[in-house]
Amino acid sequence: MSIDTAPKQSWWNRIAHPGQFVRWTQPLLWPLTAITVALFLVGLWFALFNSPQDYQMGDTVRIMYVHVPNAWLSQFVYGTMAVSALGTLVWRHPMADVSMKAAAPLGALFTALALFTGALWGRPTWGTFWEWDGRMTSTLVLLFIYLGIIALWRAFDDQLRAARIVAVFTLVGAINIPIIKFSVDWWSTLHQPASVFRADGPRMPPSILTPLMVMFAAFTFLFVVLQLKAMHTEIKRRRIATLQRRVAQGQPA
Amino acid sequence: MNAFVRMLTHELRLALRGGGDVLTLVLFFVIVGAIVPFAIGPDQALLARIAPGIVWIAAFLAMLLGLERLFRPDYEDGSLILLRHAALPFSLTVAAKIAAHWLVSALPLIIASPILAMLLAMDGEAFWRSILSLLLGTPALAAFGAVGAAVTVSIRRGGLIAPILIAPLSIPVLIFGVGAITGQQAQAAMLFLAALSLMALALAPFAAALAISSAED
Amino acid sequence: MTGRQVFPPLTLRAEGLSCGRGGMALSQDLVFSVPSGQCLLLRGANGAGKSTLLLTLARIIRPLSGSFGIDGADEDMPLIHYCGHRNAIKPRLSVCENLDFWRTMNGANGVSSQAALARVGLGHLGDLDAGFLSAGQTRRLALARLLVSLRPLWLLDEPTAALDVDGHALVGQLIDTHLAMGGMVVAATHDPISLSKAEQVQTLQLGAVS
Repeated sequence: MSIDTAPKQSWWNRIAHPGQFVRWTQPLLWPLTAITVALFLVGLWFALFNSPQDYQMGDTVRIMYVHVPNAWLSQFVYGTMAVSALGTLVWRHPMADVSMKAAAPLGALFTALALFTGALWGRPTWGTFWEWDGRMTSTLVLLFIYLGIIALWRAFDDQLRAARIVAVFTLVGAINIPIIKFSVDWWSTLHQPASVFRADGPRMPPSILTPLMVMFAAFTFLFVVLQLKAMHTEIKRRRIATLQRRVAQGQPA
Repeated sequence: MNAFVRMLTHELRLALRGGGDVLTLVLFFVIVGAIVPFAIGPDQALLARIAPGIVWIAAFLAMLLGLERLFRPDYEDGSLILLRHAALPFSLTVAAKIAAHWLVSALPLIIASPILAMLLAMDGEAFWRSILSLLLGTPALAAFGAVGAAVTVSIRRGGLIAPILIAPLSIPVLIFGVGAITGQQAQAAMLFLAALSLMALALAPFAAALAISSAED
Repeated sequence: MTGRQVFPPLTLRAEGLSCGRGGMALSQDLVFSVPSGQCLLLRGANGAGKSTLLLTLARIIRPLSGSFGIDGADEDMPLIHYCGHRNAIKPRLSVCENLDFWRTMNGANGVSSQAALARVGLGHLGDLDAGFLSAGQTRRLALARLLVSLRPLWLLDEPTAALDVDGHALVGQLIDTHLAMGGMVVAATHDPISLSKAEQVQTLQLGAVS
């Protein structure tokens, strides 16, 4: 028996290699999907049938169970992107590049859903689809930042070189988002002193809190599943690009 | 320090010999402001009320126009690579470029702003406030613009995408900039604006330098 | 210029150096060592990775693997003159202004701008806008930048591009003088460069990565 002289790989190095990463995370995909579906079934049942109507808003309050988790994810995904950007810049971890790129369209999607459900909720509640209220405005700006980052990714011919540049911008955005949020809040209170609506206003009874928490979990798991799948796709896309480059150089693929 | 000053004067010299670039920016600024009355009608009271916003939007757009000049020529002729080997740390080189950018594409606008103030029927107090708020806020616009320009420097059609990236970042500047002219809390807005400029100026050279170094890699 | 040793004894050393762009290796496992007073010529077909290797040595591109460094050097000291395809000359500034700018930026420890211009054959054109120079003259101006600031390692990418016969000889003389001062040169070129002492030259053939 030969002695294995290769240093034992830490999990960090192990997931650094794209092929290894796919092999390690592929088996997780189906169980995670199953959990997501189960959570959605339970959460939707609670939200639609087993939670009280609001005494003012009636059944429309149920939009909250979709809206609030989306709003939470719109920020959580940016956090994921910012952490990945750090991984790209500081450790040059190749999977951080992939994670950063995969998260951007998902973040844009959840942010757009948050705005959309917010508008649907706003119509019966405020009588208008769009209100320049601090929360919605800063979510809109966040959507612009996501779309800018996606546009930036797409503008580069060489995705490997793009990663560090996008990472710089993502971090600049991460520093700015709290400032934008603060400034928009300041601006909206200045222009319309009466706050129309506050989601975290009165303390929530457990009958609302439970379904909300389940939906939080369901959406977060949904993001994890989609993120993993998007990362796998991105890895495959990169492999194709590498093969094409090899062919261009006249090497066997 | 010597090299920093030299970098700054070099940039100014290039901009001033650039064949009327500065004049073009000032013209753009005035024309954008002057075109608004045509769109909304010559109602003096209404114009005076929205004048601060117009001035800030015009300044924001004019500064975006000047960004193309900030890093792209140096990227294309290879100067950026050589500047990374200069005796001056690269982030300071970028800082000098940002300072020069402010001097050639923000200061002339501020000097030209009386024209807009007159056309838009601003009163005296609002005028002085707008000068002050532009002075405090445009450095932040220059800094955010530099980050956007640095991030897009290696993209062939980068001039198109930079504004999309810069605009969301600039929203606080616009909010506090206009707030410092009109709002009930003008004093607070002024202070926020100054803080924003200081923070942006402190961070932007490093972010832009990092983006440029990554662009060559 | 005298043949005095100006630079401390240094050695550019590379071990197992692989470089390339976008994760694709162009040249692999390069091993070389260039001591003071030596010139390394990079040869190879187009696309063999000569420019990429020079950019890697200039620390503009990160090596894919392996390492390189300059032995005996003070870390803070600026060591490298890179002279690439692009000349970094501003057409709106005069020849002298261009050179003076880089003299200040890189450290004015070499010869004066006037002397450098005379050396590369542009002595009479100092006040002309650089935009009026021909391609070869612009190249000479870029070479003058190597003289106004003293740095031990020159990285030259096609230094003779666009130059006439005299220009080729000039590049040879400049390299000769630099080597005599104890400098090091890494040059990528297709043209033969004639140096006074053949033993100062090493050649590295690039390309043919399997």
